[in-house]
Amino acid sequence: MTISRRNFVRVGGAALALPLLGKGVFAQAEKLKIGFIYVGTINDNGYNYAHNQGRIFVEEALGDAVETVYVENVPEGPDCERVLRELAQQGCKLIFATSFGFGDSVVKVASQFPDVAFEHATGYMSGPNIGLYNARFYEGRAVCGTIAGHMSQTGKAGYIGSFPIPEVIMGINALALSGRRVNPDFTVKPVYISTWNDPAKEADAARAMIDQGIDIVAQHTDGPAALQVAAERGIVGGFGQGADMSEFAPETQLTAIIDHWGPHYLASAQAVIDGTWEPGNTWEGLKEDVVQMGPYNDKVPADVVADAEKVRLGQIDGSFHIFTGPINDNTGTERVAAGVVMTDAELLGMDWYVEGVEQPA
Amino acid sequence: MDITLAILVTVVGASTPILIAALGELVVERSGVLNLGVEGMMLIGAIAGFVVQFHTGNPYLALLCGALAGTAASLIFGFLTLSLSANQTATGLALTIFGTGFSALAGSSYSARPITLMQPLFPAELATHSIARVVFGYSFPVYFSFFMVAATWYFLHRTRSGLILRAVGENDQSAHSIGYSVIGVRYLAVMFGGAMAGIAGACFPLLLTPQWAERMTAGRGWIAVALVVFASWKPLRLLAGAYLFGLVMTMELYAKAGGGPLSIIPSELWAALPYLATIAVLVLISIRRDATTNAPACLGKPFLPSN
Repeated sequence: MTISRRNFVRVGGAALALPLLGKGVFAQAEKLKIGFIYVGTINDNGYNYAHNQGRIFVEEALGDAVETVYVENVPEGPDCERVLRELAQQGCKLIFATSFGFGDSVVKVASQFPDVAFEHATGYMSGPNIGLYNARFYEGRAVCGTIAGHMSQTGKAGYIGSFPIPEVIMGINALALSGRRVNPDFTVKPVYISTWNDPAKEADAARAMIDQGIDIVAQHTDGPAALQVAAERGIVGGFGQGADMSEFAPETQLTAIIDHWGPHYLASAQAVIDGTWEPGNTWEGLKEDVVQMGPYNDKVPADVVADAEKVRLGQIDGSFHIFTGPINDNTGTERVAAGVVMTDAELLGMDWYVEGVEQPA
Repeated sequence: MDITLAILVTVVGASTPILIAALGELVVERSGVLNLGVEGMMLIGAIAGFVVQFHTGNPYLALLCGALAGTAASLIFGFLTLSLSANQTATGLALTIFGTGFSALAGSSYSARPITLMQPLFPAELATHSIARVVFGYSFPVYFSFFMVAATWYFLHRTRSGLILRAVGENDQSAHSIGYSVIGVRYLAVMFGGAMAGIAGACFPLLLTPQWAERMTAGRGWIAVALVVFASWKPLRLLAGAYLFGLVMTMELYAKAGGGPLSIIPSELWAALPYLATIAVLVLISIRRDATTNAPACLGKPFLPSN
């Protein structure tokens, strides 16, 4: 049984349907019921799609031992609290809140349901029954930035961001640092569009940046619109975000960052079943296979692929960390001394841009 | 491409769907009906257009099917509000919710399926020069939207049918008493509004970004509804308003992408401009309160013949 917006509509009334559906499901359950809430739609071909793939991964791995429920398109705000509470009341013993902005709601609802395990993605507020999990997307960005630095002819990349939160800023900085590692003149121009999913606006933002001289586009929004514009305008290329988006721009996607949440979801579900679940705080990346790179496009030259692979493998074996000093911010002040690696806490609170990133308007 | 021309081309892209949807709603409201379901009808048009383009590769057929799907959705609204006299505001909101859910359901198997964008109407040779590009470089819906502005203006103000439609919107009882079918006229207006919203929705996958994404109209149906008020129910003002909104939406992004003269105005101000403009227009309208606000007198009221 999955509960989504469209199922709501199918049965007639969104608010009424949830408890009704829940009752029927609750009655038959000995199995572990797991709830997922997504900020967007599972058909966004990106971030939420990837989380849902993780949910399916758990269902396939554990079969009859679990039952999953998901709710899509949950706005970050009061609605989220309502949805979380309803999932808990329906009998979900493990709930994944998959967007940064769900944090406040998770903290509130988790205190009311102490026997339910909550896990919040990309957040920072934990609790006795709130675990945190995240993926080191910036490791993927470092691979992308290496390719961008090598391949950009104008030396300028554009970056469509949703909101200026640490996770997004970290990605922009990783792209800029790794691009500048191979081309010291490489710059990144961020544009925030204040939404995770508005394909037309993402496309127009890409057009605006391309018209002003960028020839590589990266995005931290949920869909492939920017890549499609990159293909339409014939610039050097762009990167898939969250999922392999090569279908949308086969000539233009240079590689992609793929979120592979499945193993983490499976481990958490197994822990709840075994009664060993504890609120963790995981932040896994390329090494743990939670972040994967998509295929390199044929048009990426072999030496560039080799350099990108060096960065990828270096992050897997621990010999390379993109946030290693010396790092200056974009006002020229030194933020990280030579040889020092930024701590996870520093990264998760990142609110400044590295040298080479234009201060967003 | 020159940056000014590039901006112009992007503005046209951003403005066209809003203009088309708003023109449809303008005619609906002129007949005395308030249909708040524009966003929902646009989404239904968007998925219909996408599906047809995906399977046939014929964008004109896709636009037509978008129009038909929008019309079908508008008939649900028409039946409830015109035949059953249901509350128009509530029914319109319900139509938007329905359209959002229905389009998501219909589109669920079409994620990760790219289509091809609609090609420009004129041969590429005509649009080689950058100035010519601004005139000849667009695909069909752009020219259609201009044509429809003129046609709607002509229809409303220069034809007998337009006069009847306006009469129905201003005073349904009188129009009824001299023998016009108020409900019939309103049905036609609502269907026209649905067709236009459907075409506007289909513009999203065909013109702007060749994919299906749930809720891909992202609230632009509401901008279209607001524009009708902004334009005081006048087609030519609507054209100006749609392009003003399109310009502001686009300039926000160009200013953020930045550099040069564009960055003089902070992007926060760009983002606030549509709202400031709306407030300015509303203030102007209310200053001239003695003059008519131009809102159709019967707007939003169900027609219940007195005898």
